[in-house]
Amino acid sequence: MPTKDAPASMYRTQEGTGLWEHRGKVAVAGIGQAPTMRRWDGVDLSKSVGALSITAVQQALDDAGISRDDVDGVVTCPLGMGDVWAPRPYFAPPYDSEDGLTSLSADWLVKNMALRNVKYTAHGQSCINTALVAGIEAVGAGLTHTCIVLRGTGNLEGRYHQMDEKTFSGRNAFNGVWGWQLIPQIAFGFSQYCRKYNTNHDRMAPFILNQRRNGLLNPDGYHFNHKREVLTVEDYLAARWVCKPMSLLDCDIPIQTAGAFLITTAERARHMKQKPVYILNHCSQRGVVRSSCETLDETEQFTDHIARMCYEGSGLGAKDIDIFNPYDGFTLFFQYFLEGFQWRNVKRGEAHDFYASDISVEGPNPLSSSGGNCGNGRTRWWGQRDCIQQLRGQAGYRQVRTRHETAIAGAYTAGYSDWVVYSTHPD
Amino acid sequence: MPKPSPIPDDVNKPFWDACNERRLIIQTCAQCNRMQYPPEKTCTACGCATMTWREVKGMGRVHGYCVMYDSRVKLLQERQPFNIAVIELDENPEIKFFSHLPGTPPDEVPVGATVRLEFEQTYNGQLVPEWRVAE
Repeated sequence: MPTKDAPASMYRTQEGTGLWEHRGKVAVAGIGQAPTMRRWDGVDLSKSVGALSITAVQQALDDAGISRDDVDGVVTCPLGMGDVWAPRPYFAPPYDSEDGLTSLSADWLVKNMALRNVKYTAHGQSCINTALVAGIEAVGAGLTHTCIVLRGTGNLEGRYHQMDEKTFSGRNAFNGVWGWQLIPQIAFGFSQYCRKYNTNHDRMAPFILNQRRNGLLNPDGYHFNHKREVLTVEDYLAARWVCKPMSLLDCDIPIQTAGAFLITTAERARHMKQKPVYILNHCSQRGVVRSSCETLDETEQFTDHIARMCYEGSGLGAKDIDIFNPYDGFTLFFQYFLEGFQWRNVKRGEAHDFYASDISVEGPNPLSSSGGNCGNGRTRWWGQRDCIQQLRGQAGYRQVRTRHETAIAGAYTAGYSDWVVYSTHPD
Repeated sequence: MPKPSPIPDDVNKPFWDACNERRLIIQTCAQCNRMQYPPEKTCTACGCATMTWREVKGMGRVHGYCVMYDSRVKLLQERQPFNIAVIELDENPEIKFFSHLPGTPPDEVPVGATVRLEFEQTYNGQLVPEWRVAE
């Protein structure tokens, strides 16, 4: 029986439920990161999504100091990020379908990594963060005690997601005809934000530069390894428009890589190699918009809601959060999370003023210490990984100088996102 | 270059058929009288499965916009750069339409301005709603 999506009941989407029932009883014990590359050449199978995924998982196991036979659960985000390989001919097994080449199912990993003791598998669609919270809940609920969470991101040659369609059906007919998709949604939302709070696109520059700087402090990231270019304000202001007011440097760069997390019970984690990073809460936003697009009011409601849920379930408040890593790809929606969570007391409309202050990892307000996906390439897990590294004290050049005992990370958009709250202490 | 075209289905066929008659109709819940756009099988507010259609006069206001320079929709790429405006309907500003704002140069969009409905042919002859800034 092929693996199915984790049921909706695995995702905590409602306020008013109090502390998460498994608060502090689940922990991250291992992380793994495969090498990054801009694209897959379509030839070298050792750099396919499948092969990179095995590398990432093995790293996570080594990091935790356990073997493949200790794993009894696998949750992946099976969705590839780029285009599919077809209609080109496939390769010999295990690369005889999209699975392993451009996407990665739990079944592929179990079979090709010989994870013989796995009893629980599930998929978290859309995003690694979706898979991560599903894996966390599965461990909390006792469905698995040692669970790999994984995503491989594929990026083939050429421009992806180009649409040849001349027709659109269903709900897409009411936006595709005008070319309305996620990018216009984000650009439109940001223009509304600038109008409401009397600010402008240029004022994003300090944040963009800081993201790249933090990325260049991450030895695992794409820019550190392949594109060591420090950005200047002039670079940002000169970047071509993709959808004004969104420019190219507001977008994260698609890359080929894989990342893995090892989630286990707090009790088991204490006997593994690394100091446990405890999970105090996870929650998810599944917003429904009123009409054809998400308005700024809805965006702010959604991000207020997810922030309240994160705090309620963890028992923490904004003042308690040391490390803050929301998704940044696109950069133009980052401020909604910052202001919704009120990290460092930043209120609605104040993000651009905050960006102009010292937000470096060496300073008092180390915002997005991961460098995010604009600093490291698009995976959507850099924030989660950085939270774990910061709390372990293993963030290297990026290690913050301020207290690092609690952390929050999540992705993807204001309307659809999944979040994790971490702590060095279980209670 | 003409726009892409919608493929009508059971839920939204009345809407697209009305466009071909140069009429704009909005799905309205028979139970709670709430307008809903885009059309759905049921009312997203009260769950009622009986949905009716209400004709509107075709006036609105520019709520906001962006300017597309690099669309993924190949059929639209020859138009670049082009405005994508969000139009709120006079009868219910919660109802939002998209528009390329014919007659308005890219990035010269008067936010808040009154707009008037017109119809534009897609590549296969289907009419779709468009909006023009009122003089």
